[in-house]
Amino acid sequence: MTVQESIHNVNRDYVERYGFADPEQLEGRAPKGLNRETVEAISRAKNEPEWMRSFRLRAYEAYEKKPMPKWGNQGVLTNIDFDDIYYYVKPSDQQERDWADVPENIKKTFDRLGIPEAEKKFLAGVSAQYDSEVVYHSMKEELESQGVVFMDMDSGVREHSEIVKKYFASVIPPTDNKFAALNSAVWSGGSFIYVPPHTTVDIPLQAYFRINAKNMGQFERTLIIADEGSSVHYIEGCTAPVYTTDSLHAAVVELIALKDAKIRYSTIQNWSNNVLNLVTKRAVAHEGASVEWVDGNIGSKLTMKYPCVILKGERAHGEVLSVAFAQDGQHQDTGAKMIHTAPNTTSRVVSKSISKGKGRASYRGLVRVNPGAVGCRTDVTCDALLLDDASRTDTYPTMEILQQDAQVEHEARVSKLADEQLFYLESRGIAPEQAKLMIVNGFFEPFTKELPMEYAIELNRLIALEMEGSIG
Amino acid sequence: MTAVKQPIFLCENVKIGTEDKSIVRGVDLTVYPGEIHALMGPNGSGKSTFASGLMGHPAMNLEGHIYLNGEALEDMPTHERAKRGLFLGFQYPVAIPGVTVASFLRAALAAVRGETPNVFEFRRQLEETFAQLGVPWAFADRYLNDGFSGGEKKRLEILQMALLKPKFIILDEIDSGLDVDALKVVSRGIHSAAEQGAGVLMVTHYQRLLDLVTPTRVHYFMEGRIAFEGGVETVKELEANGYDWLRDKLVTPEKGART
Ligand SMILES: Nc1ncnc2c1ncn2[C@@H]1O[C@H](COP(=O)(O)OP(=O)(O)OP(=O)(O)O)[C@@H](O)[C@H]1O
Ligand SMILES: [Mg+2]
Repeated sequence: MTVQESIHNVNRDYVERYGFADPEQLEGRAPKGLNRETVEAISRAKNEPEWMRSFRLRAYEAYEKKPMPKWGNQGVLTNIDFDDIYYYVKPSDQQERDWADVPENIKKTFDRLGIPEAEKKFLAGVSAQYDSEVVYHSMKEELESQGVVFMDMDSGVREHSEIVKKYFASVIPPTDNKFAALNSAVWSGGSFIYVPPHTTVDIPLQAYFRINAKNMGQFERTLIIADEGSSVHYIEGCTAPVYTTDSLHAAVVELIALKDAKIRYSTIQNWSNNVLNLVTKRAVAHEGASVEWVDGNIGSKLTMKYPCVILKGERAHGEVLSVAFAQDGQHQDTGAKMIHTAPNTTSRVVSKSISKGKGRASYRGLVRVNPGAVGCRTDVTCDALLLDDASRTDTYPTMEILQQDAQVEHEARVSKLADEQLFYLESRGIAPEQAKLMIVNGFFEPFTKELPMEYAIELNRLIALEMEGSIG
Repeated sequence: MTAVKQPIFLCENVKIGTEDKSIVRGVDLTVYPGEIHALMGPNGSGKSTFASGLMGHPAMNLEGHIYLNGEALEDMPTHERAKRGLFLGFQYPVAIPGVTVASFLRAALAAVRGETPNVFEFRRQLEETFAQLGVPWAFADRYLNDGFSGGEKKRLEILQMALLKPKFIILDEIDSGLDVDALKVVSRGIHSAAEQGAGVLMVTHYQRLLDLVTPTRVHYFMEGRIAFEGGVETVKELEANGYDWLRDKLVTPEKGART
């Protein structure tokens, strides 16, 4: 079955498929609002070492001091009520390695989302986070015996303190921005991955993030270290119930690709339209290393996310391939940052967005080539497709090229769904809705072909849902 | 026994235009199964508008009647016309990045047949048609018309025609940009469609296609009307004298008068 076809077989909507909610568990929940005591309580509940406790408290201070961003969607940002959020919601007492042991209601949720099924079929390891904690975790034994570490971040802090201490917040300090500071203060869950030298993890590791509680803030924290000459592909997916009040998702993701290592990080973000998704993602690529962010944003009310690669070692390569789909009530504000600090480094950014109805897609990008970073090449392409007259797209590219010989290519295109393309397909008997979908899927094809088949199908299915009823 | 021959395609007083411009201004045309008609005329006389208007182009309004095998098409959307067996080979086929030729052909075949073709059967048929039309198999995985040369696009149009087996075929300048070999391939394709009972209308500017595919009848367009029609021998006159020859022949004054 091809990707194109499979999207036509499924026809259910978000509410039914992802938007359901379990009854909330009230015991393990810190009171609403954020203060020093909340931060202390989270740290205590996790039984953390002192260094992490004081890290959180310093981060909390930074959070208090940091202003809200003065750019981006001010209408949404200035309306966030930080006192009306639960910062920590503990769903169960322990983490399981067998789905059978996961509390029944939570297991049902993940069953409905198809996670155990996917694990059996095509994943090397799975982590499932429900609200603030990882409730299920497992990894194929052969990986474990090769010394690959894949666990939730909390366990990482306890079991691998040396390496965690060395790299945690080394790429994104709490002072980076208000939401990174907030995450650093109250983080919970997320993944910790360490791949030993010259080890290739050739099937993907996946984490699935689920917000269940209302007015919830999910602050997972992910740290991936690929040691010399190793390679790993990590995939994350996310969904949430549909609520009328907003939830906040403010993750911090740090990647470290040591000499000649390769990391690919894929995201299919499909939060419900009441989630604010304000995420900081950054990678450091050492000599000869390569980091790829493959980033799909379909859901959320507002997403602000600009995956970054710092090209720190000679010949390092960074890549961001991102697609966004914005429909009514959504603003996808996404982009990429490439910082060339070493000679002969290369980067490529391909950003594709579709705006439908009153949806808005923005591209915000930065490419910097530092003085002395000779022989660098960078290539940025932004493609925006507008499906309706009311749809909106804007591009904010910044280029800071401080080394003369850099080769810089930048191309930005905005197109409307072309009548001539539709007419061509229709003249071959293809119905208008299917024709539109084919063109849209084709537009996203450079992205979907980088995903494992199952994810590509899932993404196309989601797009098919979003496209429904888009024929005037 | 003589049965009354039924036209495969019939146009009655067809007018096509945009909101504020009438381009095709009253055309009648009758084509019987197996017939090949040629449509010629100066640049801008409305040939492509006529062709795409018949197919139901969204920018164009159509008045009058069109019948395919006796069934009225004028109120049907484009894809329904295609499903009934109308086919348009485009003068400028548009590129659709990200959609492979194979997946497009499969969707088109499924649409006109009303059922998704069996994978193996489809593949076999595709390989056969590709080979017949001299299209390298690698094109199956390329994006539709994306970065194709002019001639490659035209070959793909003919390939679609061969695969979809339409009943009435309009080819808009299928011969322009073709090399000698491709022209032969294309003319073979047209012949074989006609032999199987399809009607064909070829829009062209050049004798060289008509040397390979002899039309039953040649229609000359001027300012949105068929100004003159005749046998294939009239093309020689046109080649010799240019369109001034045609202007002198403009039909009855009131029909030919400009509005
Ligand atoms: N969408 C449109 N809006 C306005 N005018 C149009 C439109 N499409 C075509 N025309 C005009 O209608 C006239 C006929 O164009 P058409 O393309 O049908 O000519 P043609 O006979 O196919 O010419 P050629 O031999 O150059 O291909 C031209 O003057 C053209 O500019
Ligand atoms: Mg034309």
